[in-house]
Amino acid sequence: MADDPRDARLRTVRARNRALLLVLIGLVALFYALTFVRMGGH
Amino acid sequence: MSDLPTTAVAPVSSAAVGDYVQILKPRVMSLVVFTGVVGLVMAPGHIHPFIAAVAILCIAVGAGASGAINMWYDRDIDRVMRRTASRPLPAGRMLPGEALGFGCVLAVGSVAVMGIAVNWVAAELLALTIAFYVFVYTMWLKRRTPQNIVIGGAAGALPPLIGWAAVTGDIAWGAIALFAIIFFWTPPHFWALSLYKADEYAAAGIPMLPVVAGKRETKRQMLLYTLVLWPVTAAPWLLGIAGMLYAVGAGALSLMFTVASVRVCRDEGERSARQMFAFSLAYLALIFMLLLVDHAAMAPIGGGAR
Repeated sequence: MADDPRDARLRTVRARNRALLLVLIGLVALFYALTFVRMGGH
Repeated sequence: MSDLPTTAVAPVSSAAVGDYVQILKPRVMSLVVFTGVVGLVMAPGHIHPFIAAVAILCIAVGAGASGAINMWYDRDIDRVMRRTASRPLPAGRMLPGEALGFGCVLAVGSVAVMGIAVNWVAAELLALTIAFYVFVYTMWLKRRTPQNIVIGGAAGALPPLIGWAAVTGDIAWGAIALFAIIFFWTPPHFWALSLYKADEYAAAGIPMLPVVAGKRETKRQMLLYTLVLWPVTAAPWLLGIAGMLYAVGAGALSLMFTVASVRVCRDEGERSARQMFAFSLAYLALIFMLLLVDHAAMAPIGGGAR
């Protein structure tokens, strides 16, 4: 069962997309939390 | 089939998530983050823990951005050196434009978030650090002068100032003392490495001191820097931001660092240089660890007074 290069590439791209999604969600959460901290009178 | 028109095929990236992590130079980042945290903790005043965490995140991302842009610019010489040939760019797993774009986005993002979330003094210092590392060290000094890591070392020494400024919004003598420790530690640290990697640096055309001035002169200058580190590491104690525990510990560590340097001077082989390089990493980590421990020990009595 040799690994098809196209499958390997697809897996890499999917992993990259998932990582990017996580980063974007993290950024949204960061700014959400920041807003609360800043509004809290810090 | 041969009649079909040939079309240019755009290069395709095969970079995995791990490659993106690798170009951020995580090992360098960890030391940068640690020294930044110490600057933040040692600074007088109060900062909301969440804002402190954001400041540290920004320092980490900014350091990573510098690393990515450095790898983009140095991809030609990284290919020549064994130590760096397997990095994503010289190995051909990542396209140069990807690394540059990634680095620029992270650089701008980290500075912007630092400014918005923490304060603009810390953001300006972070921007200065990234710019100094990229433009002054990587693009200007690294390939031109054996003093590359002496002057360029300022970029690596700035994170405690950023951490300090994140709390206070300004720069004080205590922060400058932390800066000076890293600044004067950098030359003997990198020259120890370059002593046993001199052939690789020469092949890549990088004028490191052992390549240009020879190993004897490099060892002499390393010893001088370890001696300069004695008063420099004593500065936090003299300035009153650290106590006797730190002073005694830092003195002992500086003595060991000097002894390691003397061994390098006496040894014609590579072994002592390798040992000194390894010890230099422990030396800086322990000096900054001592600052933290001493600060924690002083806090109940001093109440944060400096």
